[in-house]
Amino acid sequence: MSDTPAHSLADRTRLVTAGAKPVVGVHFLGSTAVFVLGEEELLFVDEAERRVPVHGGGILASTCDGGRIITGGDDGRVVESVSDGEHRVLATDEKKRWIDNVAIGTDGAIAWSSGKTAYVRTKKGELRKFEAASTVAGLCFLPKGFRLAIAHYNGATLWFPNAAGAQPERLEWKGSHLGVTVSPDGKFLVTTMQEPTLHGWRLVDAKHMRMSGYSARVRSLSWSAEGEFLATSGSEQLILWPFDGKDGPMGRQPTILARAESRVVVVACHPRQPVVAVGYADGAVRLVRVEDDALIVAREADGQPVSALGWNETGQALAFGTESGDAALLAL
Amino acid sequence: MPAPDSASKIPVTVLTGYLGAGKTTLLNRILSEPHGKKFAVIVNEFGEIGIDNDLVVNADEEVFEMNNGCICCTVRGDLVRIIDGLMRRKGKFDAIIVETTGLADPAPVAQTFFMDEAVGAKTKLDAVVTVADAKWLADRLKDAPEAKNQIAFADVILVNKTDLVTPEELGELEARIRGLNPYARLHRTQRARIDINEVLGRNAFDLDRILDIEPSFLDFDEHHHDHDHDHDHHHGHNHDHGHGHHHHGNGLKHYHDEEMQSVSIKTDKPLSPDKFFPWIQDLVAKDGPNILRCKGILSFKDDAERFVFQGVHMILDGDHQRPWRADEKRDSRIVFIGRNLPEDKIRQGFESCVA
Repeated sequence: MSDTPAHSLADRTRLVTAGAKPVVGVHFLGSTAVFVLGEEELLFVDEAERRVPVHGGGILASTCDGGRIITGGDDGRVVESVSDGEHRVLATDEKKRWIDNVAIGTDGAIAWSSGKTAYVRTKKGELRKFEAASTVAGLCFLPKGFRLAIAHYNGATLWFPNAAGAQPERLEWKGSHLGVTVSPDGKFLVTTMQEPTLHGWRLVDAKHMRMSGYSARVRSLSWSAEGEFLATSGSEQLILWPFDGKDGPMGRQPTILARAESRVVVVACHPRQPVVAVGYADGAVRLVRVEDDALIVAREADGQPVSALGWNETGQALAFGTESGDAALLAL
Repeated sequence: MPAPDSASKIPVTVLTGYLGAGKTTLLNRILSEPHGKKFAVIVNEFGEIGIDNDLVVNADEEVFEMNNGCICCTVRGDLVRIIDGLMRRKGKFDAIIVETTGLADPAPVAQTFFMDEAVGAKTKLDAVVTVADAKWLADRLKDAPEAKNQIAFADVILVNKTDLVTPEELGELEARIRGLNPYARLHRTQRARIDINEVLGRNAFDLDRILDIEPSFLDFDEHHHDHDHDHDHHHGHNHDHGHGHHHHGNGLKHYHDEEMQSVSIKTDKPLSPDKFFPWIQDLVAKDGPNILRCKGILSFKDDAERFVFQGVHMILDGDHQRPWRADEKRDSRIVFIGRNLPEDKIRQGFESCVA
């Protein structure tokens, strides 16, 4: 933490009652903040608060493209929800297996996974399937081209759902890869691992990058607005890896900001400015300016681990939630 | 903010046992008893018998190696994912039961709770419960390394289907089990009928409870020696002549044909922590792949408190437990269970830790 007392916005937050359920995600549909609760419901917050049950059990994964939210549940369903609370089931696993991951592509395609199977539903509504050798642990679409990145044991796979018969591209690295993200320019793929480390590949030549030094498993990743850095959780400080050159973080040190006693558990980059919202295991939420490490307090520490953070499209509102079910909205 | 204390963590019981031993019978018995508890049950995907419970999750039993070059540092990847998912429904269950397949090695399951911080922060391993088939276990111990692992690793063992064997056969089987695992609680059952308090809430991995579970674990040898003397020699002589010299006075090896064995050592001389810690760390670093479990109570020189430790393969966990009581003998006791253990080296190493 910086030496000077940080400016606080904590009194400008609007508290929302999520109940005793953990907040597992937060997204914005226009000006409506949507809190994804651990079980069954989405909580829509604008002038009013509306709870909408969308799953018959735990909600395991969620993602949003600004126009709709896709959730996956332990009821085996993939559900699409829009800002007025309308929702529909896009797919149901025939064996009611858990839907562990969901992703949305830039062209509107949707992906999800259950066990070892990854599915893509194209813009036209056609269903494609890919069987991985081990459980699919993370999914994300590449920004260009119709390709899906799949994290699994011993590496990641790049799958072209529309190229029937094309051999998926394998990126190998020993160990269990649990999450995956691709840089906004599409040049780098980064996975989070079971160990407290990240692994990366430069896609043009599959050259490896190891990003280590964390005190815990990295569970939250966020790309900056311009894609020049990747913000990460997993340490008692905010770690930013540089991705502005052609070599990414190879041979370079990360920027280290927002040092604290408590561990960073969730990160969310501001959509326009070099500012990162940082959620800590002790419940604090701070806004960190990358340029000079200036801090603004958005939520005081109270011992409830922060579990979700999200900016609206313009970066004028920040929503956050905790494992114990506290939720709040901050207008900037 | 301190980590949630042990009491607020969800206890996890691991049910193992070779194919057909009665795991699912025990599981259904636990679930159907009128105890008012709610369970989340994680079963393997090949389970054939229906489980009558609200929250049942199918697991793939994916054993993943950690990327640190250590072959015994494995975790159950599916458990990491499932426990994270189950925590979204916290409040809907009081405890978790993991039923493994008959061929599963319990170590990766146990290690998941120590190696994955997120799992360890929300849940705690309560005990590994192994169901053994009284009629067939002796055969499986000969031909199925998985069955041997499950017995050696257990905190609680149900010798099930005792109605299918004679008292002599049962006695021999129990002695054989004891040779592999001297400290597990052993119960004789039929149709897996048992008071569930003997199976759940054991705190077998809790350092505070270590060895208090079986305070006389080192006395077993003396206790059973008379009964098993004949079998002892029978096996020792028939199967492996070369290992006769391993039968030390306070050892627990009755069956010299077993590659799986336990080594127990006791000393009344106070130990030096500066010698002990480097020794045990070096031992598990080198022999960890062969050491399934270890436990110990230690008396350090000029230290008023008991030090306790336990380990699974290369993972060690230890702490001061409580002050030695005035009426208590300040002995240091240590036990290793594993395969092909270098017993003489372990004994000499431990003895060299005397202050």
